[in-house]
Amino acid sequence: MNKLNHLPRSAASAAELASRFTDLHPALTPRQAEIESERCLYCYDAPCVEACPTGIDVPKFIRQIAYDNLNGAAKTILDANILGGSCARVCPTEILCERACVRNYDQEAEPVKIALLQRHAIDGMTFRRHPFERAPMTGKRIAVVGAGPAGLSCAHRLAMHGHDVVIFEAQAKPGGLNEYGIARYKLTDNYAQEEVAFLLSIGGIEIRYGQALGRGLELATLRREFDRVFLALGLQASRALALDESSHASATAATDYIRVLRQSADLTDLPVPASAIVIGAGNTAIDIAVQAKRLGSEEVTLVYRRGIEHMTATPHEQAIARDAGVRLVTYAQPERILLDNQGHVAGMRFTRTRLAADGRLEASDETLDIAAQAVFTAIGQAFDVEALSDMQAQTLARDSGRIRVNDAFRTSLPGVYAGGDCVNLGQDLTVEAVQHGKLAAEAIHFELMGKAEAA
Amino acid sequence: MMATNVSGIIDSTNDVDLSIDFAGIKAPNPFWLASAPPTDKAYNVERAFAAGWGGVVWKTLGEDPPAVNVSSRYSALYGRNRQVMGLNNIELITDRSLELNLREIERVKRNWPDRALIISLMVPCVEEAWRTILPLIEATGADGIELNLGCPHGMPERGMGAAVGQNPDLVEQVARWCKQYYSKPVIVKLTPNITDIRAPARAALRGGADAVSLINTINSITSLDLDRMVAHPIVGGRSTHGGYCGEAVKPIALNMVAEIGRDPATQGLPISGIGGISSWRDAAEFIALGAGSVQVCTAAMLHGFRIVEEMKDGLARWMGEHGYARIGDFSGRALANTTDWKYLDMNYVSIAHIDQDKCIQCGRCHIACEDTSHQAIAHYRLDDGTRRYEVKAADCVGCNLCQITCPVEGCIDMVAVETGRPYMNWTQDPRNPHREVQEPAAAM
Ligand SMILES: Cc1cc2nc3c(=O)[nH]c(=O)nc-3n(C[C@H](O)[C@H](O)[C@H](O)COP(=O)(O)OP(=O)(O)OC[C@H]3O[C@@H](n4cnc5c(N)ncnc54)[C@H](O)[C@@H]3O)c2cc1C
Ligand SMILES: Cc1cc2nc3c(=O)[nH]c(=O)nc-3n(C[C@H](O)[C@H](O)[C@H](O)COP(=O)(O)O)c2cc1C
Ligand code: SF4
Repeated sequence: MNKLNHLPRSAASAAELASRFTDLHPALTPRQAEIESERCLYCYDAPCVEACPTGIDVPKFIRQIAYDNLNGAAKTILDANILGGSCARVCPTEILCERACVRNYDQEAEPVKIALLQRHAIDGMTFRRHPFERAPMTGKRIAVVGAGPAGLSCAHRLAMHGHDVVIFEAQAKPGGLNEYGIARYKLTDNYAQEEVAFLLSIGGIEIRYGQALGRGLELATLRREFDRVFLALGLQASRALALDESSHASATAATDYIRVLRQSADLTDLPVPASAIVIGAGNTAIDIAVQAKRLGSEEVTLVYRRGIEHMTATPHEQAIARDAGVRLVTYAQPERILLDNQGHVAGMRFTRTRLAADGRLEASDETLDIAAQAVFTAIGQAFDVEALSDMQAQTLARDSGRIRVNDAFRTSLPGVYAGGDCVNLGQDLTVEAVQHGKLAAEAIHFELMGKAEAA
Repeated sequence: MMATNVSGIIDSTNDVDLSIDFAGIKAPNPFWLASAPPTDKAYNVERAFAAGWGGVVWKTLGEDPPAVNVSSRYSALYGRNRQVMGLNNIELITDRSLELNLREIERVKRNWPDRALIISLMVPCVEEAWRTILPLIEATGADGIELNLGCPHGMPERGMGAAVGQNPDLVEQVARWCKQYYSKPVIVKLTPNITDIRAPARAALRGGADAVSLINTINSITSLDLDRMVAHPIVGGRSTHGGYCGEAVKPIALNMVAEIGRDPATQGLPISGIGGISSWRDAAEFIALGAGSVQVCTAAMLHGFRIVEEMKDGLARWMGEHGYARIGDFSGRALANTTDWKYLDMNYVSIAHIDQDKCIQCGRCHIACEDTSHQAIAHYRLDDGTRRYEVKAADCVGCNLCQITCPVEGCIDMVAVETGRPYMNWTQDPRNPHREVQEPAAAM
């Protein structure tokens, strides 16, 4: 971030900037929710339920909304997904529940707005106390490492089953990427913290902040002091471009900028490049490009070495970028970052690429220079190996960098489980992380109690 | 008047004439407003005529002093998208003085000579009351009277309305007095709050009535305020049952109209159909079951008088497309096909057919049939993860439930199966221990 400090601050007022980061999809009004809920056909064997990674009983909660039972609807959602509130805001529903909705068929081609209804129920719930009861205390203690969606979901489910949980979190705040990574216009205001506070109100969960595994905290200690350990470390490293040393030093990881953006109380403090280049083709690339635009960057160019059809960002996300006025350049691969005489970023040189007959990407001798004051890289997150640097942690079996687990979320070390982005299962989505945490908790509970009964 | 011109154009282009002669009462079209708030006073009625209604039945008149109404009067049954399915009211007859109403009626009839203007009446069940009021009614120049013997709330407690309508002898008696003291057509409005609607209709005919109209409202409680533990509408902290009308009552009204239409004892008695009529199609259905005119209340109360434009236009176009030049051409046409259950063809077989191209895989047909009918729709998961629903022809009894719950129109059809077996009704069916005839094919 220091490399951007020479850039000007936004000319817009703090209030004006804040207003540009309000909800991407505003909440439904009660009347809209009523009308939308009536559209649900209450399918049997509903495809949306299957398409939701956490298996929320969508027809059931929508029917509860339709019949004016918001607390019932909220409970149905939270039963399956304790972070149903943030999932309703961040899930790429166009590839999940809403894609499966039967109302997509020709006659209407318009799915029920499941996520907005989900948000309506969670935002409208009025429980007098936490809606989940804890089972009688088991006396078992479980260590969870990481207070992101996976860790929190696991902790809540364990607490519900009567176990006591201690979460070790490296940062000063809980929430993981909900707090530090999701686009500011998707999770607005202080929602991530409010949701965590609600989750913790079940009781039995203690969070210790500033405690990082691999930096002072050892896996062996956790295994010794707790009955089970759940690792929910996420992906803390940003992949870097394979370029020369100075280019490497001049690029900014999109996630770093977003972290600062999400944490600033006053957006006028942020350095804002008048023009920016974003390298990448996934949702993070779209997020940084759109947020730069909203901060006031005039020219934001997203550059991808392949074609639009190869981008991992969903068409819905691509449309958000187009609507924000982001320029898209395809078939160009980074060569080096161009600096001005003060050593600040002035632009970037790309090599034109094309698809060879065999489908492989090949470079041409044509180059392309794009002027820009900042280059953001969003080419993926990677597992931060430092977390597993102590003696025992080093022995954990891994798959392409991430922690290997079986389908009960067990790692190669007895008593150690893992889930969320740090394991190699499914897609890196908040809702998947929630599901991992929930299932891992069930597996831990089953194992602990099965053994307890046998004893 | 603009409205007449509009219907004039439609009539000529389609060779359709919507005008009617109902028991001697002439009207440019069969759409009348029922006796209720829309016909409460000259202001509303003149607006209704300007909008194109063929006639009105003036809000029920009674003896002075006029009735007094409470505040908070209506409540509703809502559909899933806040459409009003049914309306409930606890209003009484007119709350304005007799004199004021009569003067207005006289003036309106003079201004709108081509429209049917009928006066609804409710006075105590004594001859003197009718003999006194009918000459005043006659003097207005109105085209006829409708006897309100069917208001289900408030008035019965005063010995009027439904109390009279529920007693066929009184119905006959009142009709006779009216024919005695009034020279123009007498219509008896029937209450549906009775077991067999044919009894009061026969009584009306015996008393000399020229026609019947039905239905008036049905005793009802639509909903409760569960916090306050009181039904709607709430008057202070209390409520009372009201009269139900609107779309939800149409099926009840249609059946009652058909019952009278099919009854040999009342053959040919003109019927003015009322109850839930909201569209030209509803009107056509009442007419097909024997109505000669139709009356509308709730639909107008919810949307205003302008709805008549589409009612007239739609009916005229439909008639034109089906070669019906006049209302009489199809009035009662569906009666012959409306019969008793025992005359239905036991040999007729239809089974559900799902159009797989239209199916959206919601599974509603499957779960409906599986849980509550005949387990005749199979649920398959295909290799690509999609669902497929198929009718098991051998198990389908042709009940129509799947077709009814299917959200896609035209996706499930009930297809007639050729069995090669002749018509055989229950009176002929060998499975009937009480059958009347032994040889199925012989009788019909
Ligand atoms: C920029 C960006 C945008 C995204 N947008 C979306 C989106 O719109 N929708 C969507 O569904 N998904 C999105 N994702 C993905 C989603 O955020 C993740 O899949 C999800 O947060 C994974 O949850 P997790 O709990 O596994 O990891 P994280 O959320 O990363 O949480 C891990 C937690 O562990 C802590 N931790 C890490 N290492 C240690 C350690 N050694 N010791 C102690 N604590 C540690 C971290 O501080 C953090 O709190 C986005 C991701 C990024 C990067
Ligand atoms: C508020 C209200 C008041 C009514 N008052 C009368 C009345 O005074 N006399 C009468 O004969 N019918 C009265 N009715 C019944 C209607 O004339 C009509 O028979 C009934 O509403 C069914 O028709 P619909 O379904 O089109 O409303 C009233 C109905 C309503 C809704
Ligand atoms: S959690 Fe996400 S995928 Fe599941 S139903 Fe809610 S919005 Fe859809």
